[in-house]
Amino acid sequence: MNTLTMNKAATRLLIDNKAFLALALLVIVSAALSDNFLTVDNILNVLRQSSINAIIAMGVTFVILTAGIDLSVGAVLALTGAFAGAMTASGLTPWVGVPGTVAAGACLGAISGAFVAFGRIQAFIVTLVAMTILRGAALVFTDGRPISIGTTPAADLFWQLGGGYWLGVPIPIYLMFFVFVLCWGVLHHTRFGRHVYAVGGGEKVARLSGINVARIKISVYAISGACAALASVVLTARLGSAQPTAGTGYELDAIAAVVIGGTSLMGGRGRIFGTLVGALVIGVLNNALNIMGVSSYFQMIAKGAVILLAVLLDSRSTSS
Amino acid sequence: MALQGIEKRFSGVTVLEGVDLALYPGRVKALAGENGAGKSTLMKVLSGVHQADAGEIWLRGDKVRFTTPRQAMDAGIAIIHQELNLVGGLSAGENIFLGREPRTRLGTVDWARLYRQAGELLARLKQHIDPRTPVAGLSIGQQQMVEIARALSLDAEIIIMDEPTDALTDIETDILEQVVAALREEGKSLVMITHRLPEIFRMCDSVAVLRDGQLVHDGPTTALSENDLIRKMVGRELADRYPYEPPTLGEEMINVDRLSAPGVAEVSFSARAGEVLGFGGLMGAGRTEMAQAICGDVPIKGGEVRIRQASVRFASPQEALRAGLVYVPEDRKQAGLLLEHSVADNMSLAALPAFCGPLGLINAGRERAAVAHYIEAFRIKLQDMHQPIDTLSGGNQQKVSLAKALMTQPDIVILDEPTRGVDVGAKREIYLLINELKRQGKCVLLISSEMPELLGLSDRIMVLANGRISGEFTREDATQETIMTAAAHSEAATETVTP
Repeated sequence: MNTLTMNKAATRLLIDNKAFLALALLVIVSAALSDNFLTVDNILNVLRQSSINAIIAMGVTFVILTAGIDLSVGAVLALTGAFAGAMTASGLTPWVGVPGTVAAGACLGAISGAFVAFGRIQAFIVTLVAMTILRGAALVFTDGRPISIGTTPAADLFWQLGGGYWLGVPIPIYLMFFVFVLCWGVLHHTRFGRHVYAVGGGEKVARLSGINVARIKISVYAISGACAALASVVLTARLGSAQPTAGTGYELDAIAAVVIGGTSLMGGRGRIFGTLVGALVIGVLNNALNIMGVSSYFQMIAKGAVILLAVLLDSRSTSS
Repeated sequence: MALQGIEKRFSGVTVLEGVDLALYPGRVKALAGENGAGKSTLMKVLSGVHQADAGEIWLRGDKVRFTTPRQAMDAGIAIIHQELNLVGGLSAGENIFLGREPRTRLGTVDWARLYRQAGELLARLKQHIDPRTPVAGLSIGQQQMVEIARALSLDAEIIIMDEPTDALTDIETDILEQVVAALREEGKSLVMITHRLPEIFRMCDSVAVLRDGQLVHDGPTTALSENDLIRKMVGRELADRYPYEPPTLGEEMINVDRLSAPGVAEVSFSARAGEVLGFGGLMGAGRTEMAQAICGDVPIKGGEVRIRQASVRFASPQEALRAGLVYVPEDRKQAGLLLEHSVADNMSLAALPAFCGPLGLINAGRERAAVAHYIEAFRIKLQDMHQPIDTLSGGNQQKVSLAKALMTQPDIVILDEPTRGVDVGAKREIYLLINELKRQGKCVLLISSEMPELLGLSDRIMVLANGRISGEFTREDATQETIMTAAAHSEAATETVTP
């Protein structure tokens, strides 16, 4: 019986840290292939480039844990980015503007969540519709043109969130780790987090266990929206302007990060750490292919192959 | 067919040890034993799902070795799993011939022939099911018949049924009994795995008993009494199967007045602290629906529920839990437990508010201590409270279900079929737990389709039929006959009333 448990524990350890192993492997291979990869500058670069996807993906993890899906995060990012840009351009301090943007993202997410919870429509459809509508709204709001954040003192402070450094480390990296610690704490150490897993594991069980399933569902979409909005702040600040077409296709990168991180699309199983690692896997891959001078066309093919490999590994290890 | 010296180990753990078993045409063999005794593993070896580590399988004088279920199937061995393997959206006929559809010369499916043959097979089983009906629209019993028809379509000589009657109503069980008898007449060899002892004696010629992976008995059913069989299964004397204790009644805890809900019509009863109120009836009589309505899972259409004299109307199970009423559902897998999640997470799920500080932060130490306490108190057998719950046996899963409910510190506990799919030894432990609840002054509403269990544990018994109360008995008045009469009689009565 002891060898059985030990085998099981070992397998579990491997399964839980599969994404981490993949990341380590990717880093080793990249370092071997390019001298420019393993430099402090480049690593900070990778982390900063990954931060936007990581922040979005961690929000999406909550949704996927409840067996839902959120396709609207890219569009939420575009619209809330426009809000952030417009607020900053009007001279509003980011101390108000950023929380306002995040709150707006949470509200947009909560609306999708309400349709999923009460409308009994599949999350795929609800968020697909939200994606279309919000993308349109972003175009209407910006009139199809970028909104520059301007050169006011408020804009300078706002810009720091995307382009600034603290102790030599880009601010977006701090934001990414801040979101990670917050999400990790919420998922693994609060009642709410337990309830998220329970709803994904079995809605009927969750309901009979005294969980307000609708409230949990609305909350996870709100979290996903809030994370997308925070990512929009980073992106808008870094670019110095809000683009109405920003974030196109980001939802798929986010879902890919979640899946590479080992979270089950069936809900109830997965970890936020995996998602962070998944986002870094995608980031490292993009970066390494860039340094090696691989064309962006081939990069897409390579990215697809890696995601496929990760999912394949996951399905094999869980079925055995 | 004969099995000789079958051994099977999983990762070094011996699950089967030197098992010999012989099957004969025209004979029905029961395979009995506690959960985890190795019954299912043995049948999986027989049907090619697992390969034996040692031992031989002989089929009609030839030594065979199955490495896939397909090979066993081709050799005429069919297994009907407890969880039926049917595609709900397809018709009965399509399911019977799934993957082996008769073809026309053009290579398309010959639907006329398929449905004709399917109809013949079902008729052989005395089933009046239109083979074009989607399986999802059939009752569990009918679905089982579709599975048996599939086995017959394969010309199976050996048919293995795993817990065939667990989900069947009494009437369906009777039909199954006739089918089993008919198959025996045809010279098929049958194996039945079952927890229900009376059925072993009614349907089977001989019974083999497995205990801890070893064959401890194999002989004709006529040579044994039910108690002998239990002794052989658990390997010890079960002093008293139903350890009844007289109640110490307290105040009235729940009063249900003319409750109406989907499937429930004007049900009234009341129960006190320290009392076990049993609910008998046929399956589908409305007992589960009644429980769901009381606990707020399904909206109430009419009537009133009073808890401690105060009128309540729960909009969700959450509100019921807060008022001290907990419902332990009959369907462990769908409604009771999160199978992939850990024992600890499952057990504390409903009681999390009790372990939470500000911001909803869980006090992990207190949570673990509470889980450890219940694991010990309920004698739940496991290696680690963080192991997934689907690695536990049915009995231990059910104990976790009970612990989960009791962690919420309820006053009123509704138990829906608390011993379904649970072996004899664990059943008794659950009975003792129910007695303990009684002693603690909880009010227990016990829904059970196992008549002896209902009679053995309840202080009073209500009988439901067609969603209505059709009888109420004190412990002294209640017998199997009076309850059956109440359960069935009222059905006949309403049949004449409704056109």
